[in-house]
Amino acid sequence: MLKKTLEIKSPRNAYGETLVELGAANKNIVVLDADLSCSTQTCKFQKVFPERFFNSGIAEQDMMCTAAGLAAEGKIPFVSTFAMFATARCLDQIRNSICYPRLNVKIVATHGGVTVGEDGASHQALEDISYMRSIPDICVIVPADYNEVKQVVKYAAEIYGPVYIRIARTSLKSVFDEDKYIFNPERAVKICEGSDVTIVTNGETLCEVIACAQMLKDKGISAEVLHVPVVKPFLAASDVIESAKKTGMVITVENHSIIGGLGSAVCEVLSQNLPTRVLRIGTPDCFGQSGEQRSLLEFYGLTDKKLCENISRYLEKR
Amino acid sequence: MNSFNNNVRRDILKMIHGAKSGHPGGSLSCVEILSVLYNKVMFVPPEWKKSPDFQKRDRFILSKGHASAALYSTLANKGFFAHDELFTFRKLASRLQGHPSTRLGLEGIEVSTGSLGQGLSIAVGIALALKLNANSAKVFVLLGDGEMQEGSVWEALMSASHKKLDNLIIVIDRNKLQIDGDTDDVKSLEPLDKKLQAFGWECMEVDGHNEDELENAFNVAKSSGVPFAIIANTLKGKGVSFMENNVGWHGKAPNDDELKRALEELNA
Repeated sequence: MLKKTLEIKSPRNAYGETLVELGAANKNIVVLDADLSCSTQTCKFQKVFPERFFNSGIAEQDMMCTAAGLAAEGKIPFVSTFAMFATARCLDQIRNSICYPRLNVKIVATHGGVTVGEDGASHQALEDISYMRSIPDICVIVPADYNEVKQVVKYAAEIYGPVYIRIARTSLKSVFDEDKYIFNPERAVKICEGSDVTIVTNGETLCEVIACAQMLKDKGISAEVLHVPVVKPFLAASDVIESAKKTGMVITVENHSIIGGLGSAVCEVLSQNLPTRVLRIGTPDCFGQSGEQRSLLEFYGLTDKKLCENISRYLEKR
Repeated sequence: MNSFNNNVRRDILKMIHGAKSGHPGGSLSCVEILSVLYNKVMFVPPEWKKSPDFQKRDRFILSKGHASAALYSTLANKGFFAHDELFTFRKLASRLQGHPSTRLGLEGIEVSTGSLGQGLSIAVGIALALKLNANSAKVFVLLGDGEMQEGSVWEALMSASHKKLDNLIIVIDRNKLQIDGDTDDVKSLEPLDKKLQAFGWECMEVDGHNEDELENAFNVAKSSGVPFAIIANTLKGKGVSFMENNVGWHGKAPNDDELKRALEELNA
């Protein structure tokens, strides 16, 4: 399932390439963007299917409702812009015009998390998963790498109903082998077995957590790593509960605020089913800031080394 | 007053009275607009999804969703659903939600609206899809004049003209009142026609209670090569003397005595 060779690939390219594949197979696929088509990579679709590509200009709210109208007529719209503008700016449109009527709109937002980088806080969506997770009837997915993005985008096109997919700006280490990995929305992916602590993560922090688990192993700490791409509906809950039963200690890691995202989803299921001590690692209740991608990840404690330091210190204190 | 419109007005008042809440003013102001659309202009089969011609229907979007009582009553009087169902309006488990919803499958409702400023963008999406599907149906949208203060309406106006959506026709119910007072006092819309024209729309102003003027405007609109806006000058609360042009009746239900007086006026 996991890739043996190191390969760094852009998840955004995976999105653009998959759109072209989907567009060739199904003429009901349409794509909308708000003047960021080169950044989101929807430009790939535009090149091949210009008649099914709609640029709304810098008017995200109009774009979201236009997608709703296209979906009302049986089209399958993929709508893209940065996660900040897709969610925060269009929350009312997504809630009232897409999710409430349960229209078949796929929102694929790029540039989630602090790794937007130098553009700073105004462009770093640290709350998007929290916003989306609180709306009824939308599926929320945070895929981890190039190969998973491809499968997740295809999955979104296959199921009926609103979907939110968050994709990182960063080119990432490919974790999953394209021939062996099969995305399953109902399960957590167990990356490695462990007995001392369960680390739950998704998205671009997965490769950091995998490296961190190896570092912890060298220190004699056995960490079980779970990747949970589908945050809502949280069907992987039973896998998380089962792992927590075994290790008795859970840590969540995400490139997102610790309020309302994966960490909160994990706490919600554990508090109801198996009260367990949980440490949530992510951005604290704060705005982001400008900086180079890697230094931002380090500042917020999300690199493999920082994670290892903080997790081992936390475990020692207990 | 024509009997269809009179029946619709009577139903609106009875529904809102029964629900003890709702929006009589902006419902009564658009009765003739809806009547002309459903009786003379649009093709929409009341059998709805059961009709073999369902896909050919013209699409109607009530962007000013708070005038739901007017739309429900028009649809029931056209036979889209049982007339009795009107009086479940705004009650628990009713298909006639306070603002129109597609969730419960109410015949005649194309999209869910209520949060203002979204209906026109949805209509742009529908109009684009119709063109992609080579479907010659038209899209009609009814907006409130106060709703024109929502910025996203102007985003959609710009989209429609940029995308040359000649299959899109909007009517603005220009009753000149919104919850907090005169639209001119709260935030002026004028010159509305010039603004619409500047955004690439053809525009015509009519008396929104004169069916002949409305019908003529829709006929001109249908053959226009660009998106078309009809500014329908109306009277909020039209047909009930004590509600007419009175902002207090924007979102208030008549009590028993007020309903009796209103129905007597409509009977006369």
